[in-house]
Amino acid sequence: MLSLAILFPLAAAAAVLLSAGREGVARALFLGATAVEVVLTATLWAGYRTPGPAGLAYEERLRWIPNVGSSYHVGVDGLSLPLISLTAVIFLACAVYDWGASDRPAPRAALFLFLEATSVGLFAAQDLILFFLFFDLSIVGMYFVIAGWGHGNKARSALKFFLYTFLGSLALLLGFIGLYLGAAPHTFDIPELLRAQPLRDNPAGLWVLGAVVVGLAIKTPTVPFHTWLPPAHTDAPATGSAVLAGVLLKMGTYGFVRIAMPLLPDAWRAWVPALVAVGVVSVLYGALVALAQSDLKRMIAYTSVNHMGYIVLALAAAGAGGSPAARETAVTGAVTQMVSHGLITGALFLLAGVLHSRAGTYDMGAFGGLASPAPRFAAFFAVAAFASLGLPGFSGFIAEFQIFAGSIGAVPLTALALPGILITAALFLRALQRVFTGEPRGKSQGLADLRPAEAWSAGGLLVLSVLIGLIPVPLLDTISPASASLVSLLGG
Amino acid sequence: MNPGADALALLPEILMLAGAITALLAGSFLARERQWISRILALGALAASATAAAAALAGTATSAYSGSYAIDAGTGAGRLVVAISALLVIVLGTDELRGTERESETYTLILLASLGATVLSGAADLLVLIGAFLLASIPLYALIGMGRTRAGAEAALKTYLQGAFFGILLMFGVAVLYAAVGTTSYAGLGPGLEHAAGALIGVGLVGVLAGLMFKAGAVPGHFWIPDAAEGAGTAAAAFATTVPKIGGLLAAYRLLDHMPGTIAWPLLVALLSAVTMTLGNLAAFSQKNPRRLLGWSTVSQAGYLLMPVAVAGAVPLALPSLLVYLPGYAAANLAAFAIIGAYPNRNQLRAYEGLSTARPWHAVTLVVALLSLVGTPPTGVFLAKLTIFSASWDGGFWWLTVIAAANTVASLFYYLRWLAPAFRTASRDSPNSGDFTPQPWPGSVAIAAACVSLAVGIGAGIIWDAFA
Repeated sequence: MLSLAILFPLAAAAAVLLSAGREGVARALFLGATAVEVVLTATLWAGYRTPGPAGLAYEERLRWIPNVGSSYHVGVDGLSLPLISLTAVIFLACAVYDWGASDRPAPRAALFLFLEATSVGLFAAQDLILFFLFFDLSIVGMYFVIAGWGHGNKARSALKFFLYTFLGSLALLLGFIGLYLGAAPHTFDIPELLRAQPLRDNPAGLWVLGAVVVGLAIKTPTVPFHTWLPPAHTDAPATGSAVLAGVLLKMGTYGFVRIAMPLLPDAWRAWVPALVAVGVVSVLYGALVALAQSDLKRMIAYTSVNHMGYIVLALAAAGAGGSPAARETAVTGAVTQMVSHGLITGALFLLAGVLHSRAGTYDMGAFGGLASPAPRFAAFFAVAAFASLGLPGFSGFIAEFQIFAGSIGAVPLTALALPGILITAALFLRALQRVFTGEPRGKSQGLADLRPAEAWSAGGLLVLSVLIGLIPVPLLDTISPASASLVSLLGG
Repeated sequence: MNPGADALALLPEILMLAGAITALLAGSFLARERQWISRILALGALAASATAAAAALAGTATSAYSGSYAIDAGTGAGRLVVAISALLVIVLGTDELRGTERESETYTLILLASLGATVLSGAADLLVLIGAFLLASIPLYALIGMGRTRAGAEAALKTYLQGAFFGILLMFGVAVLYAAVGTTSYAGLGPGLEHAAGALIGVGLVGVLAGLMFKAGAVPGHFWIPDAAEGAGTAAAAFATTVPKIGGLLAAYRLLDHMPGTIAWPLLVALLSAVTMTLGNLAAFSQKNPRRLLGWSTVSQAGYLLMPVAVAGAVPLALPSLLVYLPGYAAANLAAFAIIGAYPNRNQLRAYEGLSTARPWHAVTLVVALLSLVGTPPTGVFLAKLTIFSASWDGGFWWLTVIAAANTVASLFYYLRWLAPAFRTASRDSPNSGDFTPQPWPGSVAIAAACVSLAVGIGAGIIWDAFA
C-alpha cells in the first residue's frame, strides 16, 4: 500500500512521457494521478492505527543490498504520515494550477510526478540509503524544474540551488557513513540504528551529528545556509516554488526528527545551545530581511526562513532538559508547523505566480490598488497573508502557539524569537497595503482576476489550513504519540 | 592442475585471443565493403568470452599455471567488465568505422588490448604482469593513432612515449622486487618481503605502481588521457578511457593485497588518489570541448577508484566497492562517449543546445550518464562511491573521504556545464545550429549503457552475490 503510493506517481510520470506530444493527455494524467495519490494517502490515514513507541505502520521491507546493511524499508508513523498527506495535497494543487500551462506541459507533468514520488518516498523511507536516494533525486528534479521552466536568471539560480543543496547532501552522506561505521553490526537501517544507538558516549558522535545537521540545515534552510533559497524561489515557476517551499524544505526538518534527534540523542543535547541560537537568528533575520524586500516572491521566500526557524527552535528546545510535557508540545508544534507552512506558503507562492503571469513582475512597487480590478485575488491573498502571520483560526496559529508554549517552557531564552511574529505581521500588512489598497495604478490597471484553476488550487490549500486551525485534534492526535516517543528517546 | 584444465580455466581469455586472430585473418581476405564480417566475429568472440567469464563466476577461487594467474572475484569482474565494455565500444564505433581502410585491424587491436587488460586483472606473478602491461599498451598506441588525424598522431605519440617510460619503470620495479625476494610469484612476495630491506621494497613497489598508474590513468601517469580523449576517434577514445583503467586498478589491488604492512604503501596510494581526483577536477573546470572534459573527468574518476585500492585487504568493503565501481563507471563513461559518437563534430559544449527538444531520450541519457559520473543515486557509481567512502573511512583515511566528498561537489559544476546547454533551446548562434540527427548505433549504445548504469545501482546486491 505504501509502496504503491511511492511508485504510482512514478508510473504516471512514465505514462506521461510515453504519451509524447499529446498535451491534453499529459494534463489529464497529471491531474488524475495527483488526485489518485490524494485518495491513496486518505486511505493510509483511514487505516492508520498509532503503532507502539518507535513502531511503524504499513511497514514493508525488501532485500536490497545486504552487504552494506541496506534494504528497501518503508513505513510511516505520526511524524511522516502528515507530511506524506501534505505532499499529495500540494501536488494536487499544482496539477490544478498548471491545468492551463502551455509551456511543454508533458515533460513538466512528468517531472512533477517524479518529484512527488521522490517526496513521498523520502517521508516513508526507513533506511538511510533510501532516504538519501530520494533526497538527491528531489534535488535533481527541482533543478530541472527551475532551469527548464523558470524565468529571470533561471540558469544561475538553478545552478546555485543544485550546487548548494548537493553540497548539503554530501555532508549528510558523510554523516550517514559515520552512523553506519559507528553501529555494530554495520547497518543503514533506521530502526536497527535506533536500537543500536551508535556513537553513544563517543566524541565522534558530535562530528557525525555536525555533518548531518549541516546537510539538513542547508536543505531547511537556516541562517547562515539560506542564501540559495531567495534566488531559487524568485526564478522558479509558481508551482515549482510551491513544491520547493511546501514539500522540499520539509525534507530538512523531517530529517531532524527522523534521523538526527533519535539516532544521536546525546550529541543533539550537546548541540542544543548552538541550535537554539541558529533558530532564534533564523526567525529574526528571516523576518527582518523579508521586511526589507520590495519583490513579493522574495519576501515570501524570506518568510520561509523565518517559519522554518520556528521549527529548528522547537526541536532544539526539545533536546534541552526540563518537563517532558513542554518538550512534547514543542515537537508536536514543530511537525504541525511543517504541515501548516506547506499549505500556507504553497498557497502564497501560487498566488504570487498569478502576478507574474499577468504582469511579468513581482515588484510590489509596480502595483497598487489591485483590490478593485482583482477583488477575488485580493481576498485570497489577504487570507493567505493572515494565515501566514499566525492569526488564530488558521493552522499557523496552532503550530506557533505550541512551539512557543513548549519551547519557552523548556528554554526560556527562546522568547527572544517572539518579535519575529510581530515583524511578520508588519511585513504582510505592509505588503497588502502596498499592493491592494488605494487607487489602481501601474500594472494593476486592467489586471485580470483569478481564473478558476488558480482559485481552486490556492483556495483548496487555504481551506485545509483553516480546517486544521479550527479542528486540529485529528492531526495533533496523530502527531503527539510520535512526539512523546521522540522526547523519551532524547532523554535528559 | 594439468595443462588441459589450466587452458580450460583460461577460456574467456582464449576466446578473446581467438577472436582477435580470426578478425585479423578475415579482414585480410575480405573486400572493404564486407569487413562487417570481422565485426561480427569480434562481437561474437567478446560475447562468448563474457558468457564463459560469467559461467566461471560460479566456481570457487582458484589459480592457473602454478599460481601465476589468479581466477577469483577480481579476475571474474575484470573479464566481464572488459568484455562487455569492449563489446559496447565496437557497437558504438559501427557507424564511425564502417567501410574505413583499417576496420578489421581496429577490431583486432581492441580485442588484443582488451585481452591485455583482462590478463592484468588476473596476473598473480610479476612477469605475467609485465606481459599483460605490454599487451594492453602496444595495441592502444596504434588504436589512438588509427584515425590518422594530426591530433590523433600527437595523442598516439604522447601515449607511446609515456607508455614506454612507465613500462620501463614497471620492469625496473619488478627487477628490484625480484632481487629483494628471489621470486616473482605474488604468493611468495608477501612472506619474502617481510624480511627484506624497506628501502628496497619501497623502490620496487613505487616502480611497479607507476606503471600501473599509467594504465589506470592516474597521477603521475595521466597526461596521455585528455589528449587521447580529444585526438583519437570516438570509439578509440571511449575504449582508451575505460578499459585500460579496469585492468590497471585490479592489478594494483591484487599486488598491494599481497604487500606486507612493513611499508606505508596505503598512505602513498591514498595521496595519489587525493592528488588524482583533485587534479582531474581542477583541470576539467575550464574545458570547453566535451571530449577533453570527459578525458579529465576520467582522471578524477581514477582518483576515486584508487580509494579502495588504498585500503586493499584491510577492510571488508574494499574489494566489493571496487568491483561495483568498475562496471558503474564503465557504463556511465561509455554512455557519455556514445552521446558524443551519436553527434560527432560537436567540439563545444554549447553545440548541444537544443538536444532536449530535438532528442529528449538522448538528453535523458546524457543526464543519467553525467549524473552517474557525479555519483547521484540510484546509479551504479552512487553505490560505489557510498561504499568506497565507507571503506576508506573504515580503513582510517577519513580525510580522504572528506576530500573525495568535496571533489564530488566540485565535479557537479563542470558536468552541469555540459547538461545546462543540452536543456536550453537552440538559438540562432548555437554552433551546429541545433541539427540533431543522431548516428544510429552510438545513440542506441548510449541508451543501453545508461540503462546498465542504473541497473548496476539498483541491482548491486545481485552483483555482489555473483562475485562473492
